[in-house]
Amino acid sequence: METSVDSVILEIKDMSKEFGTVKALKNMQLAVRPGRVHTILGENGAGKSTLMKILAGVYQPTTGTIVLDGKPFAPANPQDAARDGLTIVFQELSLCNNMTVAENILATREPSRGGFINDKALVRKAGELVKELGLPVSVTDQVGDLSIAQRQLVEIAKGLSIDAKVVILDEPTSSLSDSEAEILFRIIGRLKAKGVAIIYISHRMEEIMQLSDDITVVRDGSYITTRDKTEVTIAELIALMVGRDMKEIYPPRDVPAPAITERPVLTASGLSRADKFENVCFDVRPGEILGFFGLIGSGRSEVMNTLFGMAKASGGTVSIDGSEVKITSPVEAINRRIGFVTENRKEEGLVLSHSVESNISMVALDSFSSVFGFLRRRRERTAAKAEVDRLAIKTASLDTLAGSLSGGNQQKIVLAKWLLTQPKILILDEPTRGVDVGAKFEIYKIIRQLAADGTAILLVSSELPEVIGMSDRVVVMSEGQVTAIADPAQMTPETIMHFATGSTS
Amino acid sequence: MSDKSAASAAFKQVMKQYGGIFLSLIVLCVIFSVTNQRFMSVANFLNILQQVSVIAIAAFGMTWVILLGEIDLSIGSIIAVAGMVGAQCFAFGMGFVPALILTIVSGALLGLANGVLIAKFLLPSFIVTVATMGIYRGMVSLPTNGAPAMIMEPSWTAIGTQSFIGIPIVIWVVAVLFLVNHILLSKTKFGRRTYLTGGNREAALYSGIKVDRLKIIIFMISGVMAAISGVLLSSRLFSAQTNAGMSYELDAIAAAVLGGTSLAGGVGTMIGTLIGALIIGVLNNGMNMLSVPYFYQLIVKGLVILIAVYLDVRSKRAKQ
Repeated sequence: METSVDSVILEIKDMSKEFGTVKALKNMQLAVRPGRVHTILGENGAGKSTLMKILAGVYQPTTGTIVLDGKPFAPANPQDAARDGLTIVFQELSLCNNMTVAENILATREPSRGGFINDKALVRKAGELVKELGLPVSVTDQVGDLSIAQRQLVEIAKGLSIDAKVVILDEPTSSLSDSEAEILFRIIGRLKAKGVAIIYISHRMEEIMQLSDDITVVRDGSYITTRDKTEVTIAELIALMVGRDMKEIYPPRDVPAPAITERPVLTASGLSRADKFENVCFDVRPGEILGFFGLIGSGRSEVMNTLFGMAKASGGTVSIDGSEVKITSPVEAINRRIGFVTENRKEEGLVLSHSVESNISMVALDSFSSVFGFLRRRRERTAAKAEVDRLAIKTASLDTLAGSLSGGNQQKIVLAKWLLTQPKILILDEPTRGVDVGAKFEIYKIIRQLAADGTAILLVSSELPEVIGMSDRVVVMSEGQVTAIADPAQMTPETIMHFATGSTS
Repeated sequence: MSDKSAASAAFKQVMKQYGGIFLSLIVLCVIFSVTNQRFMSVANFLNILQQVSVIAIAAFGMTWVILLGEIDLSIGSIIAVAGMVGAQCFAFGMGFVPALILTIVSGALLGLANGVLIAKFLLPSFIVTVATMGIYRGMVSLPTNGAPAMIMEPSWTAIGTQSFIGIPIVIWVVAVLFLVNHILLSKTKFGRRTYLTGGNREAALYSGIKVDRLKIIIFMISGVMAAISGVLLSSRLFSAQTNAGMSYELDAIAAAVLGGTSLAGGVGTMIGTLIGALIIGVLNNGMNMLSVPYFYQLIVKGLVILIAVYLDVRSKRAKQ
């Protein structure tokens, strides 16, 4: 690196971390400069999280040194790290839902006198910060009433309320829509101008290219290289990250999309739910991948929940194979062979404290039991094993707890549990969120294969390239309305975004 | 895998899962056998099993409830109601079988009421069962205005006093109910769905599990188990007492939690609960034999529960 050493605010040299015999990090190097965004890029399991946890004082390194602002830095816990000027905003939300935005932002640092909290000062102080950052929330809102995206922004505000020299943002945009991400990028710009160094972790390549100044690639726990953003392309970065050439991000279709004249398997007409969405009309044919794009709050996920019987429609009809159906519970949806890979795999998808096997067999349990409800364990195991092999789920055994697997493999388990039911219609809500590039490609291949086998796919995503790359047609939604349905090949990303932001012309 | 290695693997699994708690049970037995020679005898162990039967059966029901991440504080009162229903059946001249059926049905109905309030009216189980604990306890006194009711029916009292092939009938009842609950929990779809729902209710709902129905059935199981406990208790006492089973819900919870059932739901087994109930039984019995005053017994019991649960939590954390 050609920059002089004295302009480096945070430097890691020859760091390693071992857990028992497992080497999570070897020979890690990092030099972060003030006023720059330094992205750490790597697949899940490459060692990014371990590195961040060492910086935050959650883990201690086995070997190696960290220098922060010219002084040796060895935090024993996150409070230590914060005191020395390093803040980390974790990917997992760590907010208290039962308290207000202000109380959360200033948690443990509430303005107080004699042990009594000064509520007025609390609201004022938090209010200034929220206003300065331009967050679309009020400080007196309950966090539990906010959307996931708004909570994520509050989480970030909480991290930034501490004056820091180095701020670590771990996948901050994973649940933000593009417009909300813009708010975050503005905040990052402001921090840069103040000379704060930002360590950024994300899987979204476009965003990384837009935001970063420096990019460090890690692979299998090792440092690979650090590049200036202007010197590399996305393709090069992906190749460095996965250690092989990856020509395509989206696998091509092997069989052509079904003709527009084919009979749809599912038709929604005039579907409405009060305050959520209105007059939603679309149809999907067997073997078709129908993309759903829209910003957070556009009603995409609500439509899916309604189709699946989790919420009641207030108007309109749904037909399957040409006959009208009333689906009022997930049980009915499953009986009509609809599958639903939900948006939040940890909340609605998996039972993390249970084995890979019992998660996979969860929905199709009826097919693994005899007359008196006794489980046929051997049959269950064989079926689970087959799914693990088919989807290449990386797990030590079928008895491994689902919670201990990486994001990509967890997502494959959720897919597997629905595939066992052989759905005719499969709803995929953000199927690649928080999943690394390699696993993403595998999930895309699985989706393609399912479509080729005749499954109708409803693919909901807030990643525009994903929707464009995978869908045969795209339904664009904005504020509860369908604003466009079109072949993505005939639309530019700009036009789709145009419809998603609600401009109707 | 050969049978032998399968058996040893199964043993290892049991030790891994219950090692801490099993050890606590052995340590207690050793302590009591050293301090009292009469402790280590077949007769005394049968005695312990008999004493622990009422708690053990109630704890089987409680295990289901806790596995779902819920709680049932009304079982002590259901135990008393069951005894009173039995007594009244005989007072009206009914035979043994209809009396037994009515008693068990009463437990099921009281459990149903709990379940419906919790699942359909969306009330927290803690609040619902605190309320019904009082309501059911009050109902016990309705037929007799608060007086105990004698039960002289010989077939009923035989349950608590007679033996079958040298083993007291109550122990047979515990053994059978243990097996039924264990098999239902570990070998059937119903058991699996209970675990999954307790582990993640939302995921269970999205996976097509009828969570409400499951909840109601489980509170009914809890009511039925408590009612059977009530039958055993009243048969041993030759009467239905209005304060029967008072605070037994706490012993049942302690047995389940000692046995490794997580109050957060999703984790636990009937084997663990049985061991937990035995620990409570051994403690009571051992201290009684040493003539430890009742108030000291309470203190020791509380401390042992704290230590045993701590050891268990620590050994599980060490494994992670």
